[in-house]
Parts: sequence; structure tokens; C-alpha cells
Amino acid sequence: MKIKLNVWRQSGPKDSGGLKSYDIEVTEHMSFLEMFDVLNEQLLKNPSKHPEGPVAFDHDCREGICGMCSMVIDGVPHGPNKATTTCQLHMRSYKDGDEITVEPFRAKAFPVLRDLVVDRNSFDRIQQAGGYISVRTGAAPDANAIAIGKADADDAFDYAACIGCGACVAACPNASAMLFVGAKVSHLAKVPQGQVERNERVLRMVDTMDGEGFGGCTNHGECEASCPKAISLDAIAMLNSELARAAISSAK
Amino acid sequence: MKLDSKVPSGPIEKRWEKHKFDMKLVNPANKRKFKILVVGSGLAGGSAAATLAELGYDVHCFCVQDSPRRAHSIAAQGGINAAKNYQNDGDSVYRLFYDTVKGGDFRSRESNVYRLAQVSVNIIDQCVAQGVPFAREYGGLLANRSFGGAQVSRTFYARGQTGQQLLLGAYSGLNRMIDEGKVKMHTRTEMLDIVLVDGHARGIITRDLVTGDIKRWAADAVVLASGGYGNVFYLSTNAKNSNVTAAFRAYKRGAGFANPCFTQIHPTCIPVSGGFQSKLTLMSESLRNDGRVWVPRDKARATDPPRTIPEEERYYYLEERYPSFGNLVPRDVASRAAKKVCDDGYGVAMHEVDGQRNAVYLDFSAAIERDGRDAIADRYGNLFEMYERITGESPYETPMRIYPAVHYTMGGLWVDYNLMSNLPGLHVLGEANFSDHGANRLGASALMQGLADGYFVIPYTIGNYLATEHAGPVTESHPAFEAAESEVRTKTQKLLALSGTTPVDQFHRELGKIMWDYCGMARTAEGLNKALELIPALRERFWKEATVPGNADELNPWLEYAGRVADFMEYAEMMVRDALERDESCGGHFREEHQSEEGEAVRRDDEYAHASVWEYQGEGEKPKLHKEPMKFEYVKLTTRSYK
Repeated sequence: MKIKLNVWRQSGPKDSGGLKSYDIEVTEHMSFLEMFDVLNEQLLKNPSKHPEGPVAFDHDCREGICGMCSMVIDGVPHGPNKATTTCQLHMRSYKDGDEITVEPFRAKAFPVLRDLVVDRNSFDRIQQAGGYISVRTGAAPDANAIAIGKADADDAFDYAACIGCGACVAACPNASAMLFVGAKVSHLAKVPQGQVERNERVLRMVDTMDGEGFGGCTNHGECEASCPKAISLDAIAMLNSELARAAISSAK
Repeated sequence: MKLDSKVPSGPIEKRWEKHKFDMKLVNPANKRKFKILVVGSGLAGGSAAATLAELGYDVHCFCVQDSPRRAHSIAAQGGINAAKNYQNDGDSVYRLFYDTVKGGDFRSRESNVYRLAQVSVNIIDQCVAQGVPFAREYGGLLANRSFGGAQVSRTFYARGQTGQQLLLGAYSGLNRMIDEGKVKMHTRTEMLDIVLVDGHARGIITRDLVTGDIKRWAADAVVLASGGYGNVFYLSTNAKNSNVTAAFRAYKRGAGFANPCFTQIHPTCIPVSGGFQSKLTLMSESLRNDGRVWVPRDKARATDPPRTIPEEERYYYLEERYPSFGNLVPRDVASRAAKKVCDDGYGVAMHEVDGQRNAVYLDFSAAIERDGRDAIADRYGNLFEMYERITGESPYETPMRIYPAVHYTMGGLWVDYNLMSNLPGLHVLGEANFSDHGANRLGASALMQGLADGYFVIPYTIGNYLATEHAGPVTESHPAFEAAESEVRTKTQKLLALSGTTPVDQFHRELGKIMWDYCGMARTAEGLNKALELIPALRERFWKEATVPGNADELNPWLEYAGRVADFMEYAEMMVRDALERDESCGGHFREEHQSEEGEAVRRDDEYAHASVWEYQGEGEKPKLHKEPMKFEYVKLTTRSYK
């Protein structure tokens, strides 16, 4: 089938960038990223017609778990299918003659490096600000020494399923990272091992999140809708409650 | 090349304990004076960097991804083994050791494997303490499941994303050390060479993948945890950025490369659907706990809807051929059996590739009937969804179609008991080394080995090197760094000068096809000799016809990729050479010349009970073969049987 692609082209962080159109022939079995492989092959084979060269895009595992792929497809991070990363989106979701516009994740805290590639190190820095349990290798008690109820363990897992892709930020009109931070904070707040550092953790992570230039949450819910791992908005409610709890207890 | 395994003496269960006591320690106050470079941030590299920093070393960690959390360990689905015996089903350290040596078809080092089984129990403790959300039972205690090659339930898991949860654990440990200023993390940075000073590994040369800056890093020791070489086949379950470059460049500087022909073909992957395909997706081996593998007995019914084929016309070939292990035979056995039924014309794939329908059914209907749809969804829900997203078919309604695909590589840089290569100061962890899995890795053992190496082995053994062999300070201005940097720059320019019309991708696909056809699931001397002609010819064409766009001083994914493919094209030749030299069948290495009447692998222990270690002899020269004999004092050399 024939697809018209409008792709964001930007040669580097200082270039202002813009959309460029390409016509491309694909099959329904291809993944969305395989379509970009085919496009890049076309661009590489004909450098005189395409002096802008192939399209840079981030990708790695191509099975929906590494969180590296990061396209905004027709205005939606990771495209139209629910709970699906760009790499797992297949062309059978489109039809012959469709026009698709592809842009990078956009946020002040995710500067564009080239074409569709953005810098998401701000997410790492948030997690470095206490997003862990301080346990030294070798100091752990037997794994079955603490029983954790299945319901709590399952909840913790649901939050821990976050792949850190940043779609929540790209989807949010405020470029808020609260779904991401909420998932990280809630995962550790749900397990007994995470209790000791619970207050300090949320205070520091939120402080870092604000410092990186992410916006606040105004309950649009776009983040949940575009999250490839279907992390629930409950994570944000939990983050707010954890923050309030920590603020009160540290004020005492 | 001297291959001294440095395996301690004495009873096997006491060796690691004794060795830990015999090793020299570094004074706590002196540790901060030692700089250690860790290349790779997956389970092995991430856990090593975090733990070495906790001990007080000055650690720098490098990864090619934009975050250490994205290393390919993240994609592991099924689980991690540990000899906890929480199920009271007869497991023990000795049984895990025994299963792993046998599963590896007697080509691994007994002492290393025993240590791996011993520390496996500590890994689970460590991960739980970090907050890793393993599956639990209603009583709140940890749940287990079975995996191929074992008759006990010793696998811990976190739904179908155990790798991500364990890696997030290691990553949180790493973050804690970054937060304390003890690890400096360098993301989007690729190691392009290793620097030797007086024969010791004393640093690396890197390229910043965003700015293109080439940089020298001098240090007191180097730890390579850069993963495996499965992408030499182009189509594999590996992430697209997984590559052999770091390990191969260490080999070119004199590190021995052991058993490169040992590659694992995973039995349960989604079949190839077309020529555009960029990667293959694995479906966790844990599915074989509840899924039954079959094909129609009647070839003519291969394309009929599977539900229309009555029970008595279904050929459950694993259950029939291997009654005691059934669908849970090890990966190499399951893969070859699938290949055999498809080669014999019973394949059920939707698409024909090269005139064959390469797929078999993995059927959950019996399990759904027995345990209910909800129970199956709880165990495999996310895997079923993943399958449906890719294929458009729901495994709740119709059997999955699966076929083997390249998944893991058991070979790697040769290391001694201390995980140090033959180059003093160069340590190699995880999939990048060769020592623990022999000729075939059992399911749920890769995560175990990566974390064992990083959390519980290297923190002890690196201290011994620093305290005994290490030879004083070196700086980046040493002529060896100058020379290595200039070589890296020359290589980069050579790649950028490629101005043909063929994208590098195409050469990689062709290389992959050669490797799959002649050095894949079944190998013959004739085919391997043919590959030895085809690979150099392809390489020659690459250097004439390939095109690499852009410049050196910018984000240039095509330049990175071209460098990795160029290395794969040289590496492939060594792999084929190793497969040709190893004139026996064992584990994942199946030489058609050596099989029993029933088509099972036949080992030749009298001649091949060794690791083949290859030493680089210069551009275009045949590498030199060295052998480290594998002795089996505890697990008797027997024919592996899963019948």
C-alpha cells in the first residue's frame, strides 16, 4: 500500500527544522519502524535527490520494552493503538493512501538532537535523585523474610512496568512528567522495602522534576491515554498524596 | 597466549570460599585511588558499576543507549534461576550446578558453574531488597515456575518482563552511586578501542555519539560487559544496537576469543514474515510450561485452520520423542526438533519463506480448559498481547505459530576464574564472556550469570588484580593512547569515505543470510567452507560499494552502524572457522556429520572436550587456535538424554 509520510527534519539542535514529505510503498506486515527502514534505504540510495539524507530516529529492542523509540504520530506519542509502542505498531493499522505525520517528542526538558531523536537524560536525573532503595550489595536478608501481599505486589508491578519512554511528557499540554515520576514513586511506596526513604524520595524526585523544566499536572489525562504500558492516572493521585504526606511529616 | 584458568583446588563446594580468602584485598582508603572503566550498563555492567562504586572505587560507566536502563538485558522475559528450593521440590546448589553443566553439553568450566549456582541465592535476596516486584503467591511469598532443561521449579519471574525489573533494580543501584558522585555515567558513548600499556589493559577510546568527540580514558582496570554477538545473523531477537564491536576490538588487541561458534537458537520466536523484517521477537520459553507444541500429522492439512484438526491427527512431536521432559526439553533440542518437522514438510507458517512454511503450533487450549482463561492471562497475558500486536492473531483463540531464532551467544572473550581475560586488567562479564554456559544455555540462566558476575564475583576478583599485578599510574598522554586514538580516527574516516550506492543494511542482511544458511541451526563442513569463501567476498564488496552519509562530528547513526557491521563481517569469519574446526555436535553447535540415528547431537569428548580460544594474528591472517581442556570431576561426561 502507498503512504504519504510527513517527517520532521532537523539537522541538529541549532537548526529550526521543518516537515518534509515522502511517498512510500509498504506492506501491512511491516512495523512502523520498518517503514522508516525502507524510507531510509530510499533516501540513502538517492543522495542527489535527497541531500537531507536519511532520517535519524531512536530505536533499539523493537519489541516494546526498552523505551527507546519515541515518535509522535499524527499528534499522538507512539501512534493510534492503545498500549502500544511505536516499534510494535504495524502498518495493518493503516490503509492504502493514508497520510501520516511524524514528529519528535516535544518538551523543554527533551531537547531535539536530530530529526526524531531527543535527549531524555532528564528522566535519568530524576531517578538519580533518590529514586532507589539504599541497599548495599551483600546486605540483603533472605528474599522470603518479608512477605508481601499479592495485591500490593501486583500494584507495585503495575507501576514498575513503566519503560521510561517519555510519551506521557510528549502527550501532556504542560509537558508534565508526573505520570512517570508518579509511577516510579508509587512502585517503591507500595513495597515494604521502600518505606524507610519514602518521604525523602518523593520530595527530592519532585524537586528535580521541577528543576528540569517539566510542567505541572492539570488533569488532562493525555498521559494515561498515550502510555504504552497503560500506567494509570492513579499514579499521579498517588504522587500527590505521597508528596502531601512527606511535606506534612517533614514540617513536623 | 597463556591460558591459565586459575581454578582453585580442593572440593568444588569450598573453592570459591577458599579463593575469596586467598585473594589479596585493597585497603579501603586506597580504593578511591583506583579508576575502573565499565563498558556496558546491562545486568552485568550495571550491577558491577554499582557494586564497585559501593566498595569505594572511582567508577566510570559507558553505554551506547540514551539511558543505562535501556541495555538489552531489559528485554529478557521469562525469569531468573536460583537454587532457593522454596518449592521444596528437591532443588539444591548442586542440582542447579549439575543441570547447568549437563544443559551446556559438557563444554563449560565446572568451577565457574558451581560458583554461579552458589551465588544464585544471593541474587534473589539482593533484588528483592531493591524492590524488584517478583511474582508472589497469595501468602505473600515468592512464586516460581519451571523452565526448559530442569525438573524443578527454580525460576523467579516478574510476569513476562523479568529482565526489565531486574535491570531497573541494578539501574537503581547505579543511580544511587551516581547520586553519591561515585559513578560517572556516560550515555550515548561507544567504546571503539582498548588501550594496552606494557601488556595491561589501561584504558579505552570512546566516541561521543552526539557530538562525535573521540576521547581517551586512562584507568587502572577495564571491565567489558558489552553483551553478545547474535546480530551477526542480522535477524535475531537482539536489540538493533547490540553488537560485537567492543569485544572484537579487545580481541584484535590480543584478548582470546573462546567458542565463537556456540550460538543459541531459541525455539519459541515469532516466524519471519517478509524480506523487510528487521528483527525477530521472542516469546518467552515459560510458555512451554502450559503450551503444547504440535504440527498436523497430515502434511496436506498444514494450511487448514488448526482448530479443525482433531486431537488424534495432531503430532505432539516433543511429547512423543521426549516423554520425560516433553515440551520442556532444553532450547537446542526443541529448536532442532522444530527445524526437523518443518524441513520434513510439516510446517504451518502463514507465509512461505524460501519455499518452506517455517513454523509449528504452540497451543494453549488444553491449559485454558484446565486452569481457566484468567489463570493463563495472569501468567502470560502480556506475552499474548505482544503476540497479537505483531501477528494479528489471539493465542486465546488459536495456537501461536512459532519458529526458532538466534537469541544468545555462549561464546565470548576467554576469561579465567577471576573473570579476567588473558590481557591483565581486562575483565569480561555477562554474555560477553564464555565461561558458564558451555555449548547451550538453559533458560533463565542468562540473567543469573549477568548479575552473579556483576554483584558477586568481580567485586572480589578485581581487588586481587589491583593488589597484586597492577603496575602503577598511567595517564592519557601515554603514547599508547595517542596511537589508539589515531587508529580510531583513521577507521572513522575510512568508513565516512565509503561513497558507493548500497546501504550498509543490505550488506548486514546478506551476511546474516550466509550465517543462517551455513552456520545456523545445522552446519556441515561443506557449507562452512562455502561461507569461508562468501564472507571475504562480501567484505570486499562492502568496502567498494557501501555508502555512509554524514560527518564525524555529529549524531550519525549510519556511521555507528557501519563500524559495527564492518566488525561483524570480520567476526563472522572467525565464527565459521571455529564451527568448521569443531568437528562434533554439542549443544547449539550441530554438525550434521555427527548425529545419532534419531538425529540427536553426538559429541566427541576424546577430541573436543575443550574451549577453543582464538588469537588474532593480524589483518587477513588466519587466527591461531589455543585450547583450554574442560575437565569434569563431578558431573560425569554422559550423553545428554531428555527422553
